[in-house]
Amino acid sequence: MIERSPGGGAVREHLSRVRVVPPVQPRKLAKVPFVELADGRLQGVVSSGSDISRVYVSSIAAGTHAYNCSTNNNRPCGGLYGAPCKHLRALAAEAVLQYGPGRVARYLRADVPEGADLIDCLDGAHEPAPAAMVFSRFLRHLAYLEVPDTGVPIPELHWFPASGTVA
Amino acid sequence: MLAVQLAALLDGDPEGAGEALDLVTGFDDALVHGLARLAEERAEALAALAGAFADTPIGGRLAEAAAGVASGSITEDHLTALAGGRAALLGAVHDALLADLDAALGRERAPWSAGPEPEDDEGGPLGGVRSWLRELAITGWRGVDHDLVSAADQVVEALLAVPGRRRLAVLLDGLAAELRASCPIGTMEHLPVRRWADLWTRAVLLSHDAVPSGAPRPAETVSGRLLILGVDVHEHGTAVQFQVHAVLEPTGGGRPRLVRTGVTVAKVDTITGPAVWKLPHRHGALLTALADRRCLDVTDLPLLDSGDLLWDDDRALPGKPADPFTTARLHLAGALAPAVPPLDRVPVRVAEPVLVEDYRVTKDGSFDLGGGVLAVDTERLPACGPLTPKLVAGSTACVGLIRWDGGRWLLQPLAVQAKAKKETVEVATGDWALGPTDPKAVKAEARAGDPVAVLRERAGRLLRK
Repeated sequence: MIERSPGGGAVREHLSRVRVVPPVQPRKLAKVPFVELADGRLQGVVSSGSDISRVYVSSIAAGTHAYNCSTNNNRPCGGLYGAPCKHLRALAAEAVLQYGPGRVARYLRADVPEGADLIDCLDGAHEPAPAAMVFSRFLRHLAYLEVPDTGVPIPELHWFPASGTVA
Repeated sequence: MLAVQLAALLDGDPEGAGEALDLVTGFDDALVHGLARLAEERAEALAALAGAFADTPIGGRLAEAAAGVASGSITEDHLTALAGGRAALLGAVHDALLADLDAALGRERAPWSAGPEPEDDEGGPLGGVRSWLRELAITGWRGVDHDLVSAADQVVEALLAVPGRRRLAVLLDGLAAELRASCPIGTMEHLPVRRWADLWTRAVLLSHDAVPSGAPRPAETVSGRLLILGVDVHEHGTAVQFQVHAVLEPTGGGRPRLVRTGVTVAKVDTITGPAVWKLPHRHGALLTALADRRCLDVTDLPLLDSGDLLWDDDRALPGKPADPFTTARLHLAGALAPAVPPLDRVPVRVAEPVLVEDYRVTKDGSFDLGGGVLAVDTERLPACGPLTPKLVAGSTACVGLIRWDGGRWLLQPLAVQAKAKKETVEVATGDWALGPTDPKAVKAEARAGDPVAVLRERAGRLLRK
């Protein structure tokens, strides 16, 4: 409502409680527990379908669309035969659910015609990429769940009102 | 809130607020482009900010800081002084706004009296925080890139490990996520200029050595009946705060007091919607009281000088049914409001509970009370609860928080009464504290699975290897 008031963007510049990061949509996390648009890549972690303690680290670079998939110990994924493997396909599909198709396509600088799957519209090749960094970002992500709760008030969170209710 | 009270509130801005905000705007503009490349007019804006304090004890330090930064000497001391000046201006605006609001509502507020000093704790990586904030100021928002944003990650991680630095950690994590999501900022059309400068300023102040890091010590402990008015939910990617507004009826009589209490939990961005209520599961009494609309009988809860009760679920029991509208009608007029601690005085913290009735909903969703029109902030209804813009638009009474942003007063709804099929229904933001009750939301939740359980399983298997 505020954003639609007269002045639009100019008003936004004088607001303190404006939302900057678009909300992410809830999705099933079982297969792809971690997805992010960061460091110039769509990157994330895909749980192995066969071994419960193994995960794959998959990434697609913005611009070049170079892709990679390996285990977290840097062993290349056996499914990469000159085309994205099923882990990369799952990563792209879940990213679209989480961020919406527009935001993912813009980030990767990909042209995705209406109705097409993002992963089929990329023209990159397989290029090795560091899995360790993505995996450590995933562990850092998980570590938030271990931070204890607190009853001490955090007045700074008044700058971050919850929103996103569906009408 | 009556029509005549709203009319009094909307009757002009506090004297001097416009001038103070203009000085803030000038400083904020300097942060957009960076202090390293300070064009003449932005150097003048810093000098003007300093000039406003010429006759005060901090006038000398501010003048020195403005001149130093203009000549390229961008030291942490200079930045602290300028941040202090900006915070003092907004503090004054906050005080004037709250005084106007209290006067309009006829609300009495306790005078400020500082509680005991917090315990001294290990300091945390404050040097790292300050140098990151300095880099941001030098570079300017327009120049921020992925490398500069990523530099915050380690600092935040280290801060989260120090319990007394939670406020700073949560603040920096929220700011860094916004900068990351906005990269490349150089090409963004409209930056959230006021907002980012607010966040930067607060971070500079919280990372000063003089700000104690230990657990806050209560001014007193209180017992009595806690009557809930509603829950205000704050959320960013890695944190959610459930802030409950309530009236405390002290045991043995005495004047009822307006208090806040609540819980903050860490999370990740994929835990969103009603799933966030699974995170504070340790606090069953509080969640039950919210979901079932009951009061809480509390015993010896610590009360901070800010009017916040330090929540401890072991010292509380859900009691009799208590309806927020009844509480508001009975107590809002007479309850004593708490003072605001100096460091917290900033317009975004103004969040005063009110009851609004007898209104007509206008086309744009505002409430027309006859004597004036109150804008309703329906974009701030939390996704974890059942309150929707449509329910607010169809309501006949509303308990909410009066806020102020972008130069105007707003109502943020916490609960509404609406007529449905000749019956009066009540819907509140905390209704789903024990899980969604609406069949559609239950289904949606079942479809999405349990993100908290999935991530805990992954953490258990992968984190300690």
